[in-house]
Amino acid sequence: MSLLSIKDLSISFDTPRGMLEAVRHADLEVPAGTSVGIVGESGSGKTVMSRAAMGLLQGSNVHRSGTVVFDGHDLTAMTRVGVREYFGTGMAMIFQDPMTALNPVRRIGSQISEGLRVRLGMDKRKAMARSEELLTLVHIPDPGTTLHKFPYQLSGGMRQRVMIAIAIACEPKLLFADEPTTALDVTVQAQILQLLGDLRRDLGMSMVLVTHDLGVVAGNTDIVAVMYAGEIVEQAPTKSLFANMRMPYTEALLKSIPKMDMPSGKRLQVIEGRLPDPTDRPVGCGFAARCMYVQPKCHAEHPPLIHDGDGHLYRCWFPLGKK
Amino acid sequence: MAGSGTAHMRSGEDVILAVNDIVVEFKVGGGQIVKAVSKISFDVCRGETLAIVGESGCGKTTLGKAVLQLPPPNSGEVIFEGVDLTKLSKEKLRSARTSMQMVFQDPISSLDPRMTVRQLIEEPLWIWDRGTNEERTTTINKLLNDVGLDPELVLDRRAYEFSGGQCQRISIARSLALEPHMLICDEPVSALDVSIQAQILNLLQDMKDRYGLTMIFISHNLAVVKAVSDRIMVMYLGKICEVGTPDVIYSKPAHHYTAALIDSVPIPDPTREVSRAILQGEPPSPVDPPSGCRFRTRCPAATDICASDEPQLREVTPGQFVACHHPRS
Repeated sequence: MSLLSIKDLSISFDTPRGMLEAVRHADLEVPAGTSVGIVGESGSGKTVMSRAAMGLLQGSNVHRSGTVVFDGHDLTAMTRVGVREYFGTGMAMIFQDPMTALNPVRRIGSQISEGLRVRLGMDKRKAMARSEELLTLVHIPDPGTTLHKFPYQLSGGMRQRVMIAIAIACEPKLLFADEPTTALDVTVQAQILQLLGDLRRDLGMSMVLVTHDLGVVAGNTDIVAVMYAGEIVEQAPTKSLFANMRMPYTEALLKSIPKMDMPSGKRLQVIEGRLPDPTDRPVGCGFAARCMYVQPKCHAEHPPLIHDGDGHLYRCWFPLGKK
Repeated sequence: MAGSGTAHMRSGEDVILAVNDIVVEFKVGGGQIVKAVSKISFDVCRGETLAIVGESGCGKTTLGKAVLQLPPPNSGEVIFEGVDLTKLSKEKLRSARTSMQMVFQDPISSLDPRMTVRQLIEEPLWIWDRGTNEERTTTINKLLNDVGLDPELVLDRRAYEFSGGQCQRISIARSLALEPHMLICDEPVSALDVSIQAQILNLLQDMKDRYGLTMIFISHNLAVVKAVSDRIMVMYLGKICEVGTPDVIYSKPAHHYTAALIDSVPIPDPTREVSRAILQGEPPSPVDPPSGCRFRTRCPAATDICASDEPQLREVTPGQFVACHHPRS
């Protein structure tokens, strides 16, 4: 059974320009112990989907349909307070920007121990001792001193390690990592990805890794879902996705990554144009206007999600590698 | 490793910019001094793109700005088109700066939110009193067309109405308004999505060809600079590690730090064994850099000599210069 099961999830927001459909009819399963990557450009709905899965999107302007079942409990049927029961011990999130996600006026130790005291009922002394252990676990040098520091005294990579320590403090079953390395240097990115992989194995966590970089999901996930214009357009086990791409969008995304083995001075492949307006989605395939292989049918009819056997799903009338 | 030396410097008429022994230091509280750039020399030939690569805090942005005298370096020379910029009067420097422009990292916050696109691009022309009103309009329209924006649609809109990629196009158009000879791009694509990143990199290449520009391209990602650069300079903690052409640097990095940077770039191929030698820890503080080679505290090959002697840049293969006592072979 899946640890997290998202079924037919749609999220829209009321905006002055009309109804903004951020996520449309998304299905996603996160089996226990696996790492699932969600990939897409800015505005593809990947962050909204992961926040909705955690029950973080609530308010009068949010319209939601579909279900999110975590560990056998339907989160969509719960109140805000009810969902909170699962934060920390059930699921936790690492946010994109380590500069702004930490509270600037509280010391690191108090921010890490908050969850331990509230969720696990530890007393202050015990929680601080555990916080120090957690800092060691995320490889922060001199954890005893770091406990008493403020976020501004740490570098971006160190703050992201603190964020990770906070997220894993209550040993959640599922960790959402929303672009955990986008704000960081490549060297620090490699360190953080390695750390997340090690922690996941050691603590037996599942992970949802949200990113715009196919290079990041390649070595760090078991399953990848590619999102475009609010929909999951391709989903497959990671190796099979890279070996047999079906969606022209996934291929275009991969080709636009600068690679070190290409000849210098060569032009990069680009995806021309932009995402369609989320308040006014096209009738046909959302990617049709930017697709190299577009046919008249693509503009006229919306492609359904096609199952290819062995877990490969795609949403294209004329998939790559097929007649 | 941060070494010094001038072995990599070239001579000849083609050199448009020569930077000699430049030092930039900042005073911070408590009498401490941040040694951001320590005695760096480099040159750029006309029409060439030099990439400066390194981690956050290695001094690459400071170095780029010091070339423009923003602020002027503490010591050293910046010779641009035969003139030493550090010795110019304020007024002469101002006019010399028109032939070198900068494109900044954050495309949205580097544009004035209250100005329309027309005003943003016209401002440099207006300050330098270039052309009549009609001529300026023609120039603005041409610049916008060149960077791939439709003047009709964008002229009267403001920066917040555009996406990051479009703002970066506007920044590039603005930087080209005075027809500079050299463009310094400070992480121009780090804030952008991969798909948009490729568009901007291609655009910069096109502009370079069309306007005959010389470029300095600052980035932390070696994969990004591969596409655009003719020469790469790797920096660590205010010093040069390695200089060379992209083909040599990527296939045979001589410096251990360059090799670590290359290994850190994520490869979009799940069948590839996950790396490798990941560089651990973070760079030491530039307030109190390590003695000798500045990279020795994180270097897998460090020995005693690395702590006592600072390595000098030397040629290991033709056109490849490295500052290391124990270069990789």
